[in-house]
Amino acid sequence: MAHVEPVPTLYGLMAEFETPTALVSAATKARLEGYRHMDAYSPIPIEELNEALGLGRTKVPLITLIGGILGGIGGYTLEYWSQAIAYPMNVGGRPYHSWPHFIPVTFETTVLGAALACFVGMWMLNKLPMPYHPVFDVEAFTRASRDRFFLCIESTDPRFDRHSTSKFLESLHPVGVSDVAP
Amino acid sequence: MDRTYAAPADIDARRSRAFTAGAVGLVACAIGFATDRDHFFRAWLIAYLLFLGIALGSMALVMIQHLSGGAWGVFRRIFEASSRTLPLMAVLFLPVLLGMGTLYSWTHADHVQADEVLRHKATYLNLGFFLARTFVYFAGWILIAWTLTRWSRRQDEGDASVNRKLQYLSGGGIVFYAFSATFAAIDWIMSINPHWFSTLFGFIFIGGQGISALAFTIVVSASLARRAPMDTLLKPSHFHDLGKLSLAFVMLWAYFNFSQYMLVYAANLVEEIPYFVARTSHGWQYIALFLVIFQFAVPFLLLLSRDLKRTPHRLVVVALWLLVVRFIDLFMLVAPEFQSTGANLHLLDGEAEGGVYVHWLDLAAPLAIGGLWLWMFFTQLAQRPLLAFADPYLRDALESTGGH
Repeated sequence: MAHVEPVPTLYGLMAEFETPTALVSAATKARLEGYRHMDAYSPIPIEELNEALGLGRTKVPLITLIGGILGGIGGYTLEYWSQAIAYPMNVGGRPYHSWPHFIPVTFETTVLGAALACFVGMWMLNKLPMPYHPVFDVEAFTRASRDRFFLCIESTDPRFDRHSTSKFLESLHPVGVSDVAP
Repeated sequence: MDRTYAAPADIDARRSRAFTAGAVGLVACAIGFATDRDHFFRAWLIAYLLFLGIALGSMALVMIQHLSGGAWGVFRRIFEASSRTLPLMAVLFLPVLLGMGTLYSWTHADHVQADEVLRHKATYLNLGFFLARTFVYFAGWILIAWTLTRWSRRQDEGDASVNRKLQYLSGGGIVFYAFSATFAAIDWIMSINPHWFSTLFGFIFIGGQGISALAFTIVVSASLARRAPMDTLLKPSHFHDLGKLSLAFVMLWAYFNFSQYMLVYAANLVEEIPYFVARTSHGWQYIALFLVIFQFAVPFLLLLSRDLKRTPHRLVVVALWLLVVRFIDLFMLVAPEFQSTGANLHLLDGEAEGGVYVHWLDLAAPLAIGGLWLWMFFTQLAQRPLLAFADPYLRDALESTGGH
C-alpha cells in the first residue's frame, strides 16, 4: 500500500502594507483582478475597505430589528399575562389591561431584545469567539494591531493559484508577502 | 478656492414669493381680526408657536453644534439664518399680547378673585410679571442669536480666537434656552388652562422644536443641494446625519409626551386629568390617535431606514410631513381649551368642552406668519456664505462618509 504524502495546502497568501491607502488600493485591485475570497486586517477602521472588498450590507440591523420586535412583544405579553390573566389585581379601579402601565416594560424589553440580538448576531456573523485563526501564525501579523495593514487572499478563491497570486500580490508593492499555513 | 459660497440666484424670487404669501395671509388675518377676533388670537398663537419653534430650535441646534462638532456642521448657516429671524418673531408676538384677555383667563381680575387656585397662582400669573418674563425670553434669545452671528462673522474673517468663545457662549446659551423655553411654554400655552400643570410640558415643547428645526433644515438643504454651490458639497452622509437627529427628536418628543400621559394616568388626580379628558373626548381623541401614529409611529419607522435617510428627495417628504404634524400637534396643545364658538375659555363659561373644529383663520394665520418668516429667513440666508468655511471642523465634516 503506497502511502500518499498529502500536498501541503495553504490557507492563503498575505501581503503587508505600510499605509491604509495602500491597503485600500490593493484590495480594489485584487477585486478587479477577480479575487473574491479575501479579507483585510487593519489596526484602525477604514470605511473605504467595505467597498474595496466588495462586502455587502451587513445583516446586523435586520437581526437587531427582529430582536427588538420580539423583545417588545415578549414584554407586553408578559405584562398582559401577569396583570390580566394570572394575577389580576384591582388598582384604583383601573382595568386589568391598563396598557399605559405596560409601555415602560415593553420599551425596556424592546431595547433589551434589540441589544442582545445585535450583540449575539454580530458575534455569530463574525464567527466569534474565534481563539485561533491561521493568520496568527504569520510572524509579521503581530503588527496588525499596531501599525501595519494586511490583505489576505484565501486559497478557497477559485482564482487562487499559489504562484500567480503570489506574483500578483508582489506587483502591488507590499512590504512583504507571506504564506499563511492552514 | 472660491470662498463666496453665495446663495443661488433664485433665492430672491423665493423671498418675494414668501413675502407675497405673507402679505395675503396678513390681509386675511386683518379681516379675521375685525370680524372674528376670538378665533384670530387662538389661530395666531398656534401658527406663531410653529415658526417660533423652528427659529428657537435652530438656535439651540447651532449651540449644540458648536459644543459637539460633527459632520452636520455643514448645515450651520441654515440653522444660523433661522435663528436670526427671532427679532421678527418678537414683533409677531404683539398680537398675542393684544389678545391676552381672550387667550388667558387669569388676566381677568374678577375671574381670579372668584377662584381660589388662581388667587394663589397670581404671584406668578399676573400681567406685569408675564410681560417682564416675555421680555427676558426675547431679549435673551435675540442677544444669543446676535452674538453667535457676530462671532461667526469674525470667524469667517479669520479670527480663530472666537472659536473658544463660541463654545463658552453655547454652553451657557443652552442652559438659558432650556429654562426660557420651558417657562415660555408654561406662560404661553400651559396658562391657557391655568388650573392645569405638568412639569414635563416644557420639555415636550423643546422636543417639538427640535423636530421642527431639523425638518425645516432638511427641506431647505435638500433644495440647496440641487444647485451650486452646495450641490458638490452636500453628500448623502450629511443628510444621513440630519435624518438620524430627526429620528432622535421624534423619539424624544414621543418619550416626553408618553411620560406625561402615563404619569397623569397613573396618578389620576382631579387637578391633572382635565387636560387629557378634553383631548380624548368630543372628537379630539381621533386627532390624539392621529398624532401618536403620524408624529411618532410612522416617521419613526420610516426614519429607521438607512436608505431613506441617505436619499434627500425621500427624506424631504418625511420632513415636510413632520412640519405638518407639528402644526397639528400645536393645534392640539392649544385649541381643545377653547369652546367651538371660540368665545372664551370653557373655564369662564363652565366646564363645557367643545368638539373639534377648524376655522379658516387656522389656515390664514400660518400663511401670514409663515410667509413673513420665510421672507426673513431667505433674507438672512442670502446675507452670509452658505458654508461656515472658517469652522475648524469643517474639513472633516465635508470629507465625512457618515457615522456620527
